[in-house]
Amino acid sequence: MRQGSRAEKTAWLMAAPGLTGLLLFIALPAALALILSFTSFRLGSPLAPHFVGLSQFQRIFSDGTFSRALANNGLFALLVVPLQTGLALALALLVNRRLPGITFFRACFFLPVIFPMALVAVVWKLILAPGEAGLLNTLLHTMSLGAWQPVDFLHHPRYAMGSIMLLSIWQGAGFQMIILLAGLQAIPQSLYEAAALDGAGPWQRFWYITLPQLKNALIFVALITTILAFRLFDQVWILTQGGPHQATSTVIFETVRAVFRRQDVAKGAAMSVIFFAIVLLITMLQQRLSRQGREEQ
Amino acid sequence: MKRLATPFTYLLLTLLALIFVAPILFMVVSSLKPDEMVLSSGLGRAFTVAHPSLANYADVMERLNFPRVMGNSLLITSAIVASGLLVNSLAGYSLARLRWRGRRPCLILILALLIIPFEAIAVPLFFQVTLLGWRDSYQVQIIPFIADAFSIFLFYSFFLDIPAELEEAAAMDGAGPWRTFFLIVLPTAKPVFATVAVLTFLMRWGSYLWPLLVTVGETYRPLPVAMAAFENQVKLWGDIMAFGVMMVLPVLILFLLCQRWLISGIAATSTGHKG
Repeated sequence: MRQGSRAEKTAWLMAAPGLTGLLLFIALPAALALILSFTSFRLGSPLAPHFVGLSQFQRIFSDGTFSRALANNGLFALLVVPLQTGLALALALLVNRRLPGITFFRACFFLPVIFPMALVAVVWKLILAPGEAGLLNTLLHTMSLGAWQPVDFLHHPRYAMGSIMLLSIWQGAGFQMIILLAGLQAIPQSLYEAAALDGAGPWQRFWYITLPQLKNALIFVALITTILAFRLFDQVWILTQGGPHQATSTVIFETVRAVFRRQDVAKGAAMSVIFFAIVLLITMLQQRLSRQGREEQ
Repeated sequence: MKRLATPFTYLLLTLLALIFVAPILFMVVSSLKPDEMVLSSGLGRAFTVAHPSLANYADVMERLNFPRVMGNSLLITSAIVASGLLVNSLAGYSLARLRWRGRRPCLILILALLIIPFEAIAVPLFFQVTLLGWRDSYQVQIIPFIADAFSIFLFYSFFLDIPAELEEAAAMDGAGPWRTFFLIVLPTAKPVFATVAVLTFLMRWGSYLWPLLVTVGETYRPLPVAMAAFENQVKLWGDIMAFGVMMVLPVLILFLLCQRWLISGIAATSTGHKG
């Protein structure tokens, strides 16, 4: 008995630092977000904070600013998730071959992933530079045989969000490629052999073996990209500050702005709660979809 | 058909690789030329440099205390990696191999915490560290990030699969859990340690939102925040790109040395969420 309780105490001690850290710096702030969102708390304010019910949430949706940010995130997800997942799938299929030098190509596609987003943003600011001297403008000018007129991408209401999408896809596609590649390599080779015996062509093998077998990996990749779309912040903060005319504002951008510029912790907390609710919803949807996928197989 | 397919694949691969590498090449080339040459060149000249020079690098060193900022990033990142490896591996081991009351609820808690993105807790955490008086310091950038649910999960899954004979033999020799862990289990667990270390390093090296919120001046500022501030103040593209090259060099070296572990770590992220 004493032996048992001593062993149990040791086991506790081993797990304690990690668990304490998680409680203090993840669970506690998560609970605090919820509590703060029902108060009027503002850092450095002389007024005592008090309970305000749901009025922070009402405040958030009273003007169009936050709704616009939410819509921007939605648009980003709607375009980037299929584009980036499609590109990553194409890359994964391309590099999933035994060809000489294939690891070099894999490394090329993966290289942007190790770049910090702050650096990616700044490098792309130079690529997207306005006027004829900008690299992307020059490239489009050359490719269109002179028809392209130089654009100030990051200050143009129509191109600003597109530019942010472009650099985000460039940085993130390699990450997804790796996950999909692992998925491809887990497909049993015997399935393809059997299909070849039945006389299935490359397209048939792709539609009837690769895609169904890759379903869960694809759902997972789509999930993390959707969540990333709602986490969008670094690029926006560095490149556009949400502009022009809120064309690139995002949920986290508005959250940080509330806290950073106006010390409004309660409003920021309420926005964090809404953000987390969205993430939770997306995660539950993914779990449901991949469970269905498993049952079908 | 097959004979045609391979050259076509290589053509496609080369084209795509060029698109992916071009921005990086552009950064490196621009860092080697005088500032006025960076933007005033055509398509071909954007990727070539007539007289490569390190003048921009020297200029960065003069304009800000670059070694300090680099040192901040190295200190913060390696402190998190080192202490994280210890704390999270111990927790993962205890949860996977030892029997204690409350183990199941703890596991469920960790799986639940796994889905909380940092952005969802940044504001209340900011409030918390303000109360503690931690803002603008090293510890505010290190301590909250040591314990990590995903790292614990990776260690937990790895330790779940080690053979029981290892521990039984250790127990026969009279070794307690601590000695068993450090002397018997740890040497067999190099792959998972490498994976967690590389993933954590990469994540922390690039983190921007948190240090933006909690640092004020150059003293405790890490590279990403310093880079954005530098770009804002200096407006010299040659210098900015030189800053960028120096900033990415440590992760590039890490990538070249530990590619294998990084790839396996990323492939493992998808298993972490299957639930």
